[in-house]
Formats: sequence, C-alpha cells, structure tokens
Amino acid sequence: MSAPVVRQQVLVLYLSTSALDSEVVGWARYDGTGRTSPTTGDSDEPPYRTGVAALCDGWRLIQASPLIPPYPGHEYDVSFLKHEFFFERLVNVS
Amino acid sequence: MARFVAYGSVRLDAVVPAGMNDEAVKVLTEGIPPVPYGTPVAEAFPEGSFARRLVDLPEVAGALRSLVGPGPTVDHHAVHVRDPRGGEAQPLHGDAIIDTRVDAFDVQLMYYPHDVTLEMGGTLSVPGSHFRRTNESDTGRYQNLRGQTRLVCPAGTVVLLHHGLWHGGRRNDSDTARYMFKIRFNPTVRQVRLWDTGDLADPEVAEILSTRFPWYEAATARLEYYNRIRMWRALTGDDTFDIEYWMTRVSNRPRRVAS
Repeated sequence: MSAPVVRQQVLVLYLSTSALDSEVVGWARYDGTGRTSPTTGDSDEPPYRTGVAALCDGWRLIQASPLIPPYPGHEYDVSFLKHEFFFERLVNVS
Repeated sequence: MARFVAYGSVRLDAVVPAGMNDEAVKVLTEGIPPVPYGTPVAEAFPEGSFARRLVDLPEVAGALRSLVGPGPTVDHHAVHVRDPRGGEAQPLHGDAIIDTRVDAFDVQLMYYPHDVTLEMGGTLSVPGSHFRRTNESDTGRYQNLRGQTRLVCPAGTVVLLHHGLWHGGRRNDSDTARYMFKIRFNPTVRQVRLWDTGDLADPEVAEILSTRFPWYEAATARLEYYNRIRMWRALTGDDTFDIEYWMTRVSNRPRRVAS
C-alpha cells in the first residue's frame, strides 16, 4: 500500500489584536493542491470571524507574529499589520 | 479635503463626458507620448491633446488645484490595460518607494473610460492606508483587507489617490479589456490651504478625520488618527488642531515650576 500524498494549504490571518480570539481584519490563502488559485482582491468577506474560529474548523496554527516594541523615534509610525498568524491544513490528494 | 486625509483618495464619478470616453480607447491604445520626470503639465500635454482636455475638465482641474496646487509637474503617466481573462492580479503595493514626507504629497490620477464591473478587475485600494510606511510591494502578502475597495464605476470616472495608498490592479475575469490611464502629479508649491477653507471650523471636519476603517487593528487605529492630525496641521498651518486630545496629550511637557 503506498503512502498517502498530502499537500499543504496555508491560511494567513491578520487579527485586530495579538489575541488569537480577536477579529480578523485581513487574510490570504495559498493552496498547495493547485485546485484553487486565491489572489489579491478576490473577496470582501473574511473566511473566519476570529483566529480561534479557524482552529475550530481544523486549521493548525504554525506561526504567530512576535510582539516587537516600536523603534525609538518611530513610536507613532504605522507600517505593516502587526498581528499575523499562519495556519496550515494538510490535504490528501492521492 | 478632510475626507482625502482620512481615506487617501477622492472619487469623481462619470466626470468625463461620453464623447471623450468614446475617443479614449483609441487614444490610449495608440499611446500617449512619455515625458521626462517633472515636466510641467502644459509641456507634457499640449493644448488640445486628450490628456490636456482630461486634466482641464473643471471637476478634475478643481480637485487637482485643491490637492497639489497650481502648476504641478507630471511625474510620469502610463496606460494600463488588463486583458480579458488574462494576466494576474498585481500584489498590493504603494507606488515608487517608501515616502516619509509629512508636509507634501503627490497625487495619482486614475481615469476609467468605460464602465468597470466587479468581474473586470477594477483597481483594488485600501482606504486609509496612505500613512503606512511600507515599501512598494512588500505588502504583497495582504490579499484582502476588511473594508477594501474593489472599484466598480461608471464610464468617465476619475479617482485621485494620495501617493502612499495601497492599491493594485485586480485580475480581469471578464471577456472585456479594461483600460486605465494614470498620471502622477508632483506639487511645486507648499500644500497649505490650497482648497476652499471656508468650513475649516465645521465640526464635521473632526468627524470625518475620525473615520475608522474595518481593517485597522484596534491599537494602530489610534496611531492612524495621530498621523491624520499631523497631516491636517501641515495642510492648514494650524499647529493647535487636535482630535480627542491624541496629539496634545503626548506632547504636553509643562515648563512651569511648582511654587
């Protein structure tokens, strides 16, 4: 019997605070199965309301942004979104 | 102007007359001659040319006058065509390179000569993203943000963007080519009180400047207000302007010694 062939799907959620149960403000998806091709500006509705809602649906958290204090002199600058969470799901494609 | 400071854009629906829109696709397909960076508008676009007639339309000229003032120069211009069912979405980006100016800004004009439907991949833009200090397409990972704008507009619409606004051409999933003509303008005068300032004291100004967008993180939203206050102070020359005490509170350093 051959081993199952699995591919990774990646979900990136940007949350309102550093808490995983806070609201989703942005998102991105990448599909290693090749079955879908998510892209920039393809949806106005987030896939989940919070990060925890993604966990409840089977996504596994693999990375969270560290909390980095602002650089001195740049305390009021705005830049990248701060609360980025990477999730994965392994899909059997065999 | 307060709305421009909060949103980072101004949209003028169907301001270009149908006759010019009909003419546009041929003109844009043939191409508009490039000009050196920093060419005055009058030299870049000769009298009577399509581009000159576009920027001379009263609504367009008035908006440009209010934002960049008289005598702006053309940074560059380009025609963007998204082929039917072709191409990829651009990554979300800000144009040029990271730009840290507080007391000056460029404006990018985007003109759409035909109706743009959702399927045609109208430009994606993110309201209120213009103060974010990020470099060009480093934001490419952000596919979608709550409250983003996927442009759907009638023919003849012109949108004017602050240079820092995050945006990108979306994938065209329709059977119709989508045209867009863009011109970036550089100011040549100080951008202070260039618009009709008769209503500066109207409470609606602070209300508009307090607009919160759904994609803002809870804490960073407060820094967005701070940056708007800073821009409003620069635009009005009023160093006392504030909203909800955001800037006054953190700059309060009493010098008086208690007796």
